[in-house]
Amino acid sequence: MVTRFLSWTRQAGALLNKDFKAEFRTKYALNSFLMFAVTTLVIVSFAVGPYYLDPVMHASFIWIIIFFSAMAGLARAFIKEQERGTVYALKLSTTPEIIYLGKFCFNLLLLLLVLLVIIPFYFFFLSPSVGNPLLLVVVLLLGSLGLTGTTTILSAIVSKANVKGNLLPVLAFPVLLPLLVTSINGTRLALEGYTFGEASSELRVLSSFFVIMTTVSLLLFNYVWED
Amino acid sequence: MLLIELQKITKDYNGHIIFSDICETLREGSCLVITGPNGSGKTTLLKILAGLIRPASGKFTISVDGTLLADENRKDYLGFVSPDLYLYEELTALENLEFFVKVRGLAESEEYCLKLLKKVQLDKWGGSLVGTYSTGMKQRLKFAYALLHQPLLLLLDEPGANLDEEGQALVQEIISQQKETGAVILSTNDPAEVARYGDQVLKLDEAGRCFIK
Repeated sequence: MVTRFLSWTRQAGALLNKDFKAEFRTKYALNSFLMFAVTTLVIVSFAVGPYYLDPVMHASFIWIIIFFSAMAGLARAFIKEQERGTVYALKLSTTPEIIYLGKFCFNLLLLLLVLLVIIPFYFFFLSPSVGNPLLLVVVLLLGSLGLTGTTTILSAIVSKANVKGNLLPVLAFPVLLPLLVTSINGTRLALEGYTFGEASSELRVLSSFFVIMTTVSLLLFNYVWED
Repeated sequence: MLLIELQKITKDYNGHIIFSDICETLREGSCLVITGPNGSGKTTLLKILAGLIRPASGKFTISVDGTLLADENRKDYLGFVSPDLYLYEELTALENLEFFVKVRGLAESEEYCLKLLKKVQLDKWGGSLVGTYSTGMKQRLKFAYALLHQPLLLLLDEPGANLDEEGQALVQEIISQQKETGAVILSTNDPAEVARYGDQVLKLDEAGRCFIK
């Protein structure tokens, strides 16, 4: 069991390493990700201007930026394989579960990388006050895990469609709605300075969402991946 | 002893029959050549055998010494070269092979990948990005990719496409070496390749019928 797990980790790690190497040479997903995130951030900061925003508005803006940036960037992982014809080489080399895990890790790291850029920028431009920074980090992390777990399998479905670009947000929105609502609420609590105990129901929902979506994705990915 | 069986394989697209009831048996040391005009389903049949698309009905089995190999592990005993298969252009040839070694969970080293590159005469360009390769060089690299895990069965779709004389000789060498340890199924339109490699020939026609020579 342990040997098998280690073998899975090594194989998924190889896929992750390959994707990062290719990504940093082509900037295929990173550019769409950052362009969208920075543009939206600048528009929001101009629109808000000198007005005061309450924590609910800040939390909503943060997650709107994260959601649409993720839709612009995360779909690329599978679309690129499909468009460049490398999908057959990958299919013939490893199991669907390893492909899902590798792509999930790649998407997650990419999203966290983008969050490392956009969250400080958001705080710089809009200056929201943060009551509990650690809770904010945990909510952002759990929200990103759920968002990535769901988007990874949906982007594999979308990569087989003719209208690849616009389909992901449409498919993802109803599935991600509970995650987005809870993430916005959790972020609001963090901004307002609530404790971990007071935000425990949000944290439980976010963790459960991630575990359920990732387990279901791993079980179903074989059917999505095979023709 | 390796035994490969195609059992009544049928494929249709939206009700239009591409081919039906293809039956054939292939043993270790043999090469089955699939030939026929464009649109007769040669590539589709090879993709079905590779497990990339599903047949409408029928099945394809491989057994070694009487033991049937599981479908889920098909990738472990098949090597596939096709015009529809592409390798990563943003990686070098060596990086491509190293990636496929690792993602397959093989223990082979960089030295093994270099040896394979030498076998397909790409050792001088192993450090160059595949995107800068000519079509013929990419075709050679596909052979290295297909041979990486020493497959029992090599599936070759138009193997001589875009290759120069040296490349054609390389294909011939790879096929004869493969026949020593396994079997080969290839599709081609070239009568010279049919004559050269065809221990068994399966001819498909546009009406979806097949004839065995």
